[in-house]
Amino acid sequence: MAKKYFDKRNTEEAVFKCLMVLSIFIVAVSLISILATVLVKGIGALNIAMLTKTPEGGYYLGKTGGILNAILGSVILGVGATLMSLVISLPVVCYLNLYLKKNSRFALLVRFSLDVLWGVPSIVYGAFGFAAMLFLGLKASLLSGTVTVALLITPIMARSMDEIIRIIPFELKEAAYALGSTRLETAFKIIFKQAQPAILAATLVAFGRGIGDAACVLFTAGFTDSLPYSLFKPVATLPLAIFFQLGTPFPEVQKRGYAAALILTLLILTVSLSARFLSKRFTEHLLK
Amino acid sequence: MNYSKLDSRKIKDIFAKRAMFFLCLCILSLTLFIAVGLWHKSAAIFSLVSLKSVIFSTAWRPFSGQFGLGGFIIGTFWVTAIAMLISIPLSVLTAIYLSEYAGRRLRNISEPIIDLLAGISPVVYGVWGVIAIVPLVRNWLMPFFSRRLPFFPFASDNFTGFSVLSAGIVLAVMTFPIIISISKEALKTVPLEIREASLALGATKWQTIKYAVLKKAWPGIIAAVILGLSRAFGETMAVLMVAGCAIGVIPKSIFDAGYPLPALIANTYGEMMSVPLYDAAILLAAFMLLTVTTLFNVIGWGVLLHIHAKES
Repeated sequence: MAKKYFDKRNTEEAVFKCLMVLSIFIVAVSLISILATVLVKGIGALNIAMLTKTPEGGYYLGKTGGILNAILGSVILGVGATLMSLVISLPVVCYLNLYLKKNSRFALLVRFSLDVLWGVPSIVYGAFGFAAMLFLGLKASLLSGTVTVALLITPIMARSMDEIIRIIPFELKEAAYALGSTRLETAFKIIFKQAQPAILAATLVAFGRGIGDAACVLFTAGFTDSLPYSLFKPVATLPLAIFFQLGTPFPEVQKRGYAAALILTLLILTVSLSARFLSKRFTEHLLK
Repeated sequence: MNYSKLDSRKIKDIFAKRAMFFLCLCILSLTLFIAVGLWHKSAAIFSLVSLKSVIFSTAWRPFSGQFGLGGFIIGTFWVTAIAMLISIPLSVLTAIYLSEYAGRRLRNISEPIIDLLAGISPVVYGVWGVIAIVPLVRNWLMPFFSRRLPFFPFASDNFTGFSVLSAGIVLAVMTFPIIISISKEALKTVPLEIREASLALGATKWQTIKYAVLKKAWPGIIAAVILGLSRAFGETMAVLMVAGCAIGVIPKSIFDAGYPLPALIANTYGEMMSVPLYDAAILLAAFMLLTVTTLFNVIGWGVLLHIHAKES
């Protein structure tokens, strides 16, 4: 009797362990499958012309050209949005951690709304950006695209910076205050220096998210075949270039779409891996 | 001299404080601001049709003034439900394994990999869906299921593979990172002593998890699921690329094409300015998305906040 019960327990344990290993396996396989598909399908169609030329007439019908306009557009838009978002995130995080008390309700509220904003779908930011553009009488342009993407990535950047700055030892702050520095000086001379790797990593992660997103630039940045040259003109972005190329019925254009997807993935992987590497490298010398 | 220097420093500090406070207020009001902006632009549609008919009617003919979003809401429901059915068991079991069974090495490897999965662009997920998942559904799943099980969620005459199931699978993979990482956090907050007490009483590892660990961690896991759900609900580009997106088709099977709300918003870009009230209908769809995802997010993060507060 007792033995039988014991067996049942062990069977249950074994069954669930199997299920868990299976789940991990499926999760891992889907990730590998994504990277492998994009790599295998993309590498065949990748060539120098794609990286160095802009689309020539009839590019989306299978004629020659490249997607330099989209690559450059994405990078410029991403850098602009990241800088703009940094200008918003840094003061907010600084205020939350230096000017407010540890258990401040206001800080709680701001953190909570950052979390909620982080969950707002990017298409909603896009639609909002579009509505705001109509309101202000603007056309789809690099500027409106940049502002919309900045809104999208600010919650991501601010929250990930905040997580790190929050755990900086408070003795550091107190030492700075004791030496007579104001809170602003403490922020610039102590906290930001201590949190440099975290700020860098958060910035890179947000940049990766910003260049990868298509739904929010669809309405706001538009699309064009020329290189980005003005803040007030439409700009091409890499995710949208992929989307449009895949949407054509021509296999050779679709193949270029796969290659463009490979370029985007490599770009994002490089950015996120360097974020990881940099934050590891710099944290070695910090006070713990 | 000395005093004036001190003053300027203090003035700078106070000025910075005000500016930072103002930025915080901006962040606080941003959700509201987005909601008001979208509502303001979409309210014009109610001069023509009632809210009830917009939500429940399935007639979408913008050119003759019929703006029924019902079909798109049903499409969203199908896609999200399939994604969650796939994603919840897989992600929660993965999280449990990673936090309870896995050795240090696997844990250290898994964390950056999950981050990586979260960072991949939605469009790349879409490309993957088109290359890998759509053929899988078309050549394997669809013939297999619809021939052997020709009834409700399987019977279909859509042989393209672009279906709510394909979209659901892609979305499921996209929600893995968020559900796994937040569930892992929830499991991490369970004190080690609880596990030790249970094990000391002779329970097996799985019994410990089932009766002790999950009992403590379930609110956090529910929150993780809600946040994943909200992510799936609002995802646009990947769904747009694999769900089929044919107007007027209301899915009755997992192999039918669907047309979820976010895809509608993204797809009508360009044509909506030429038809009266079209943009209002689209922005209303965006407003609905915002409302639902914000609700989910407030519940999800609220639960997590509550857990955190109880802990400390």
